[in-house]
Amino acid sequence: MNTSSIALPAWMEIGLIPVLNIIMALFFAGLIMLAIGVNPLQAVGIMINGAFGYDEAIGYTLYYTTNFIFTGLAVAVAFHASLFNIGGEGQAYIGGLGVGLVFLLLDKYLPAVLLIPIGIMAAGLFGAAWAFIPAWLQAHRGSHIVITTIMFNFIAASIMVYLLVNVLIKPGQMSPESRVFDESAWLPFMHEFLGWFGVVVTRTPLNLSLFFALFCCFGVWIYIWRTRWGYELRTAGHSEHAARYAGIKPKTVVISAMCVSGALAGFVAVNEIMGVHHRLLLNFTAGYGFTGIAVSLMGRNHPVGIIMASLLFGVLYQGGAELAFEIPKITREMVVAIQGLIILFSGALALMLRPWVVKVYLKFKSADTLAPA
Amino acid sequence: MDTLASLFAILDATLRVSAPLILAAMAGLYSERSGIVDISLEGKMLASAFAAGAVAALSGSAWPALGAGIMVGIALGLVHGFACITHRGNQVVSGLAINILASGLTVVLGIAWFSQGGQTPSLASEARFMPLELPFADAAQVIPIIGPFYHDVISGHNFLVYVAWLAVLATWWVVYRTRFGLRLRAVGENPLAVDTAGLSVSGLRYRAVIICGALAGVAGTYLSIAQNAAFVREMTAGQGYIALAALIFGKWKPLPAMLACLMFGFLDALAIRLQGVELPLIGEVPVQAIQALPYVLTVILLAGFIGRAIAPKAVGIPYLKER
Repeated sequence: MNTSSIALPAWMEIGLIPVLNIIMALFFAGLIMLAIGVNPLQAVGIMINGAFGYDEAIGYTLYYTTNFIFTGLAVAVAFHASLFNIGGEGQAYIGGLGVGLVFLLLDKYLPAVLLIPIGIMAAGLFGAAWAFIPAWLQAHRGSHIVITTIMFNFIAASIMVYLLVNVLIKPGQMSPESRVFDESAWLPFMHEFLGWFGVVVTRTPLNLSLFFALFCCFGVWIYIWRTRWGYELRTAGHSEHAARYAGIKPKTVVISAMCVSGALAGFVAVNEIMGVHHRLLLNFTAGYGFTGIAVSLMGRNHPVGIIMASLLFGVLYQGGAELAFEIPKITREMVVAIQGLIILFSGALALMLRPWVVKVYLKFKSADTLAPA
Repeated sequence: MDTLASLFAILDATLRVSAPLILAAMAGLYSERSGIVDISLEGKMLASAFAAGAVAALSGSAWPALGAGIMVGIALGLVHGFACITHRGNQVVSGLAINILASGLTVVLGIAWFSQGGQTPSLASEARFMPLELPFADAAQVIPIIGPFYHDVISGHNFLVYVAWLAVLATWWVVYRTRFGLRLRAVGENPLAVDTAGLSVSGLRYRAVIICGALAGVAGTYLSIAQNAAFVREMTAGQGYIALAALIFGKWKPLPAMLACLMFGFLDALAIRLQGVELPLIGEVPVQAIQALPYVLTVILLAGFIGRAIAPKAVGIPYLKER
């Protein structure tokens, strides 16, 4: 029986099925843990305590969450235009290049009030520029955005290695890193910020970019659901023909959606480069761009869902680090495996369980309608 | 004669580094020709490389390791098929999931089982596929140019390099000269027509993803027990994607795809040679520029600036039988 045409109540579609998918993914993650001789329940306990148990843990969890909000939003905006942006990793990397170049040039001359907005803009602009090329090629030359963005991840990595090893490296230093920026270019840490109000918390990498990430969530919500551009983007995403008939230019939509997406991915650099490292270095993106795909799929491409999914991944990352510390048999890569399972079950197999849910739903519904009679 | 010797050395290295690319590109060819996008070549290779490295270390023999590599490749191919064919999931998402899962799981299992930081134990030469001397390689040395070419470039590779070349010929024959190949191409272009003719679209596509998994498994096995003597974490290092790029570069055809793999392999071999060498006119070429070249070339090709790469028409679109 084909059940895809049978409607389910909204809470089942957007609540029950996604949760069941995540449970499936976590179930298989549990099987992996059993296979390597670790008690999954004990592991969950360590992870939750490691992610929320004390204020330092919460700081780290939210610091990871910030990255995932940016990359999750990036993927979601593209998804609404039915574009698949796999290039978040490269766009974030090039966003970092933008921050690095601007700060290495200007940090000695400008005050923080100017430097920080300029840094944020540079991250967004460079990220957007790196997404613009694949978008333009898709819109005007018909090359597939998935393949092009994959290739652009690798090209970005090569460019960054070249620049950091040969050009931007601090002279007289072995490791390929730029010099540390002047302190006026640093985004304040959360413990500093809270300290101004007399609240004392432990030092963590969490910084003010968390607020910027939440602001971006709100901005994306307005953009997608409350502006004409968002309407055009969703229309073109649903049906290119209908969009063209309505006078929307699908090519412009492809390019603008990808530029917004790239800018959001580029903002990872705001957290990592401006907030934490304060210098340009290799591989600061650490796979956050790919995690954004899992986050967006889990959060069903909605900012609220993305915040929740980012938090879950923040817990997985920070709790996973703690887990690796407590149980020597487990490594941090366990989180990467869980991430793969979540992408599989919440993304590719998102509708696997739906026929079963429909069956159960119909059984209950018929029991309900029969009962009063 | 010295330049000739160094040319032969580069060509020899080219064949060595392009063999896994060729195997993986042929793997992708079956899948994509049947209409299933496969960006999971990377993950399949990585997982197979780990399986082969682990089994070779435990059994001390190369053949069971090859079997394990192929089985793991097929298993991941079936996961991809289950998601994309049975459940009509997004093929790119499924492929990405497999890549990420393989990247995490190989390290997790590697550390849990072998506690060597994600590596599998180093293999003795009995547990690997070692270079083979082809017949008359020494005797042919007396023939000028061709003799040394045969001895230095063609001969002296391991068994799986020759398997890769055979895979190209076999793929060409299967795709263009057999009934299965005709149906495979048809299902990637117009599945409705294949369905109307009374053939199972799902069945054909499942067969394609299984062949794809097996070949990607051989490619992964090559990395850990033929080219190297152990599995090292993330040892595929993007080669699955390079193979995909080569497949696109070869316009989804076996022989052109093999040539693209050889070209990318040559660039790789050249990059190692050119490290720190000043070239006339251009000066020193950054290694990263040569490493990025396959990706840049693929982007340019896809954009239609050098010829046109047209994908199988139904690639990426799940087939829905009933309406």
